[in-house]
Amino acid sequence: MTSYLSIEHVHKTFGEGPSATEVLRDVDLHVERGEFISIIGHSGCGKSTVLNIVAGLLETSTGAVILDGREVSKPGPDRSVVFQNHSLLPWLTVRDNVALAVDKTFKGTKSAAERREWILQTLEMVGMGHALDKRPDEISGGMKQRVGIARALAMEPKVLLMDEPFGALDALTRAHLQDEVMRIQSDLGNTVLMVTHDVDEAVLLSDRIVMMTNGPAATIGEILEIDLPKPRERLAMADNPQYNHYRAEVLRFLHERHKNPEAEAA
Amino acid sequence: MSAILDRTLTFGSGRERPAADASPTRPVARKATTIAARPQPRPGADPGAWARRLRNTAAVVVPPVVVTALFLLIWEMMASSPGAVLPAPSQVITDTWELIVNPFYDYGGNDVGMAWQLLASLERVAYGYALAVVAGIGLGVLVGQSTWAMRGLDPLFQVLRTVPPLAWLPISLAAFQASNPSAIFVIFITAIWPIIINTSVGIRNISQDYVNVARVLRLNGFEYFTKIMLPAAAPYVFSGLRIGIGLAWLAIVAAEMLIGGVGIGFFIWDAWNASMLSDIVLALVYVGLVGFFLDRLVAIVGNWVTRGTQAG
Repeated sequence: MTSYLSIEHVHKTFGEGPSATEVLRDVDLHVERGEFISIIGHSGCGKSTVLNIVAGLLETSTGAVILDGREVSKPGPDRSVVFQNHSLLPWLTVRDNVALAVDKTFKGTKSAAERREWILQTLEMVGMGHALDKRPDEISGGMKQRVGIARALAMEPKVLLMDEPFGALDALTRAHLQDEVMRIQSDLGNTVLMVTHDVDEAVLLSDRIVMMTNGPAATIGEILEIDLPKPRERLAMADNPQYNHYRAEVLRFLHERHKNPEAEAA
Repeated sequence: MSAILDRTLTFGSGRERPAADASPTRPVARKATTIAARPQPRPGADPGAWARRLRNTAAVVVPPVVVTALFLLIWEMMASSPGAVLPAPSQVITDTWELIVNPFYDYGGNDVGMAWQLLASLERVAYGYALAVVAGIGLGVLVGQSTWAMRGLDPLFQVLRTVPPLAWLPISLAAFQASNPSAIFVIFITAIWPIIINTSVGIRNISQDYVNVARVLRLNGFEYFTKIMLPAAAPYVFSGLRIGIGLAWLAIVAAEMLIGGVGIGFFIWDAWNASMLSDIVLALVYVGLVGFFLDRLVAIVGNWVTRGTQAG
């Protein structure tokens, strides 16, 4: 049986000859439709590389990525990306940033009026309906990331890829946005692949957590199934023994079995 | 000026914004905006508010007025001393009063008012500069996009851009067999280098984030050009355009001195041959003012076009 999204024995080597570095070795992952998967690991372990390969922004050295029965070879709107630093185009308004994605994706399938309506709807969904005509430099970091999420969701991707989406935000804003993402994901049933280095974020949001070993030649060390009912309440989880058990599992993996290489060197 | 050129005309690898920030006129402008941007006190709310605003305005206006007055005074004194060869400011105004009050007279041939002289020069600059903008941005995009084109063309550009504007004149006279196209060509070839080089630096510095966005959205070449490349590179392009217009105006006077006809450059040369030094001084003042306004014009257009393009 094939999965919705299959990452099949992916190897990735950067460079050639003696200066070549092997970043990923035999990464194999199968994701079902509607699953929320987090990839966690120390910095430099190649977790963003995995995401970029699925996005099609990087090519595999060997191995393949198959989404919904078709091999992924280049970027496309069926795999929209929420970038770590939001990557909004600063010369476009909030509305136009989303419109760029919507107009491009649904040119043949939706009328102009439908597209306009859809842009509003997605921006309302992330709570940015009040700032349609603001430019990115006029809104806060958290708001920018909301717009980045809206832009990615507006393309109705088969899989939503998030590259440390909340990494650049302060803790309170981050928690708030995590709640929003949980709500949206349970409403829309998106398949999500998220790279993170935040243990709480991974446990709170995910169905499964993919823990990566340290690079070079990183691979999947362990996959942790998070068997907690959804929707999950941040506050209730704090006292939930099962939640804390999962949290401890991830911490043990990261800090006992696969210590931060930099910390070890120091 | 040369310091500005050195900073911007090289293929810089850094992400610094080139010329606009290095312009000598910038600090003054910035100072003025800070003052303008201050919250306006409600009338009557604070009795000292008007006095304070007056003081702030005076702080901006007084220094240039004082310095200019001092400059004119020193000039007047030096030119009034026995044996002085250059006319004093008062002398210049008396001598050229007819030219100042009748900028639009037309007695046929070269004998036309200062406004016509300046407009003739501006027309040549407009043609040459417009060509330089189109070709410069086009070549800049090519060089910025293609490493092959960059490696092939960059050495050529780096050598050609150091050729002084007037050195192009004989060869263009030979090629065009007419003076007006030659002058326009000189303007073109003078203004194009900073435009090419700044545009290509702007293209090279387009953030990988924007490129990734374009790839995920599968923008085609034309969409990428209009939606990502031009706006992202616009601040650099306008730095090049601003240096370009300055150089074009520098070159036109020299070129016109040699080609003759109507134009501020030949007016100066003509005045020199007729020993009318006051006319020359007046022409220099006009040349300076027009150059200043051209520079400001491009800067204002640039600020307007690139508003909001700095990543927030």
